[in-house]
Amino acid sequence: MSDRPLLEMCQISKTFGGVKALSNISLNVAAGEVHALMGENGAGKSTLMKILSGALSPDSGGRISVAGSALPTGNTRASRNYGIAVIYQELSLAPNLTAAQNIFLGAEKAKAGMLKNSLMHKSAQLILERLEVDFDAGVQVNRLSLGQRQMVEIARALSTNARIIVMDEPTTSLSGKETEKLFDVIESLKSEGIAIIYISHRMDEVYRLSDRCSVLRDGAYVGTLDKADVNAEKLVSMMVGRDISSFYQKVHHAFGEKKDVVLRVEELADKGKVKGCSFEVCRGEVLGIAGLVGSGRTELLRLIYGADYIARGRIIIDGQVVNPKSPREALEKGIVYLTEDRKGLGLFLDMSISENVNIAVAEKDAYPGGVRQFRMATLRAKRAIDHFAIRTSSIRQKVSTLSGGNQQKVLFARLLEVNPKILLLDEPTRGVDVGAKSEIYRLIDELAEHGLAVVVVSSELPEIIGIADRCIVMREGEIAGEVASSPDKVMTQEELMTFATGAGYSSSTKMEVFQDKETMA
Amino acid sequence: MSDTVRLQDSSRQVAKMKSVVTALGMLPVLVLLAVAFQMMTGNFLTANNLSIVMQQASINIVLAAGMTFVILTSGIDLSVGSILAASAIAAVQASLWPGLGLLGVPVGILVGLAFGLVNGVLIAFFKLPPFIVTLGALTTVRGVARLMGEDTTVFNSDLPFAIIGNGDILGIPWLAIIAIAVVLLSWFVLRGTVLGTWIYATGGNHEAARLAGIKVWLVLLFAYGISGLFAGLGGVMSAARLYAANGLQLGQAYELDAIAAVILGGTSLVGGVGSIWGTLIGALIIAVLSNGLILVGVSDIWQFIIKGMVIILAVALDRYRLKSGAGS
Repeated sequence: MSDRPLLEMCQISKTFGGVKALSNISLNVAAGEVHALMGENGAGKSTLMKILSGALSPDSGGRISVAGSALPTGNTRASRNYGIAVIYQELSLAPNLTAAQNIFLGAEKAKAGMLKNSLMHKSAQLILERLEVDFDAGVQVNRLSLGQRQMVEIARALSTNARIIVMDEPTTSLSGKETEKLFDVIESLKSEGIAIIYISHRMDEVYRLSDRCSVLRDGAYVGTLDKADVNAEKLVSMMVGRDISSFYQKVHHAFGEKKDVVLRVEELADKGKVKGCSFEVCRGEVLGIAGLVGSGRTELLRLIYGADYIARGRIIIDGQVVNPKSPREALEKGIVYLTEDRKGLGLFLDMSISENVNIAVAEKDAYPGGVRQFRMATLRAKRAIDHFAIRTSSIRQKVSTLSGGNQQKVLFARLLEVNPKILLLDEPTRGVDVGAKSEIYRLIDELAEHGLAVVVVSSELPEIIGIADRCIVMREGEIAGEVASSPDKVMTQEELMTFATGAGYSSSTKMEVFQDKETMA
Repeated sequence: MSDTVRLQDSSRQVAKMKSVVTALGMLPVLVLLAVAFQMMTGNFLTANNLSIVMQQASINIVLAAGMTFVILTSGIDLSVGSILAASAIAAVQASLWPGLGLLGVPVGILVGLAFGLVNGVLIAFFKLPPFIVTLGALTTVRGVARLMGEDTTVFNSDLPFAIIGNGDILGIPWLAIIAIAVVLLSWFVLRGTVLGTWIYATGGNHEAARLAGIKVWLVLLFAYGISGLFAGLGGVMSAARLYAANGLQLGQAYELDAIAAVILGGTSLVGGVGSIWGTLIGALIIAVLSNGLILVGVSDIWQFIIKGMVIILAVALDRYRLKSGAGS
């Protein structure tokens, strides 16, 4: 590290309509440094990064300098020219264009107005090869998985020769293998002297990658820890300002209580992503579904929920074959589904909290003739806000204005209003801050205790281990194995990853997750 | 996160005021136009002239009400002008049935409903894009209308329901009363019923609506059905006013005025956001412009140019106001 930091942000404040979203934040990042930025959702990380990218202007008095020269603030073009690239959590690719076209979007290489397609294709291919991806630069983006799309985003940042790259939760949708690849890339960028600001909720990543870690809370700077001083308890208490000791603590257990099978799935398959899956879930049980991104976990849940076409197999609830043909039918049978894509497939962003909570029960509550009973709706919405501690000023507030954690709680409230028997949860804590996460874990635990059968898909193995009684692991559309916790032994990440990656089986998937190869044998 | 902060800061009163301003939308533009025409002509804001404006606006209000349902579901209905023509011809023809002439009213409305439902079925069940389906219907139904009237103008000088088009109650034209009734009914459906909630949700996000257990097909069928039905009603109103209907000329480009009214009213073309009151104000702005420009003595050609530009300007102002006011 050189003496003079590459990036200096001094006294950055931001006020929105009289309220300070950021107050006097100063942050230095050196060349070749990975600087982790942590904080709950709403702590001000995104606002700070938007100021850095020029999407927002700071209040007067704040200044930013890059390699000693002052950056004109509130100007995205200037920020880009100064070598700042931001990779947002919500990807911003044009799905109808190819990977190469996306990488050079807005910076097309052209001569006399004619696109130099082959040159762009070649350069894109080079960058993608540096990321060791398994797809061609000419492939259309909508045919790529979420994880692969993330790689295109990163390639786009690399193509601009950025000196400072901000990554906002880059691994959220990546598989283990892709994550490893990303980490390798980050290491090599680092060695080239590029500074990386790494926003993440995942402690293990922060330990592993960061040289320093800064924490924001409620728009204020809390502190910066050097690599040697970073530990989970310290970070969490800095982030939330309180002690979360019972973070992953499961209170209710259903060890071997295999009596009351609520949901039974037999040889369920769709047209290709799910290839014949069988399992069962009992009353009061939390079943985890692990597996790499693209292993068919989401598709399996959607099949059970009636969202997609069932090619073969049976779904049996309380001994009766149901095979729902639509989500509506599934709801009537007591199945609810929490989507992994909260904003795209879950919430109605232009509608109020109340309407979002009530949408599935409005019909049931209505007077004859379909006339809404708003008294009931208000009651339900108020109850939800109390029960889930949703932070809002009114039940009429638009859900789009809520933080990720509060939005997720609204969706949970909607599901529970229909009094389900079976909960299908797809990445229930994605994009949710630490505080809301632990609340969601507690909620899942409570629901299981009340006799619901819960199925949880998650990419975070510690999460599955923390909340599930039993876990099935999917690989390439099939169930590769099952692991259960018992009173004397909790399932381990190694067991789950072994099945997920097909280690010990003949498979093309390489095991990169283990440092110690002996554990695989 | 910026939105959250902003909402927390604004006290409830400020939020309430903002929502009132948003609801008012284009009302200030309407008032401004009316005052301006009054100052220019001196006889715009008379009871007699306002009654004429309402009468002129009424058919467009009815069509635009149906269009509001459709656009709220993130669709579009280009066929309403043609459906209006076909319905008007059916209504006049039925009015000639000896002794049963009053049946012209329900016949006209039902013909409109039938065409609307065909649109709805194609869009809801065959998943065809609304723009294509209703563009096809625009031409097809126009042809059907000409066929029905054997490509001539159908007359009934003794139209049994002529009072709809020319009578009034206490000085308020029947046409205006029907238009207001349609707006009130639409308001009730949109704000007071489960179906209305579903319409907003479906327009906001079709797939999320399906996953939430909403019968998206019913919503689409209803929206295009009601748009057709209101176009049918518009046909009856038009026939009642003219004692006649012509398959070739009647209702030409009416769909554009209806769409303009909906957009002026602040309803988003993307779907899920908007209100019927906005549509009413939008339709009135168009009517006030037409009427006022005639009173001022602007030539027909310039009326077109000014009307088009005012529509764009008004929507641009609205966007700007929303951006600087609410920041989203």
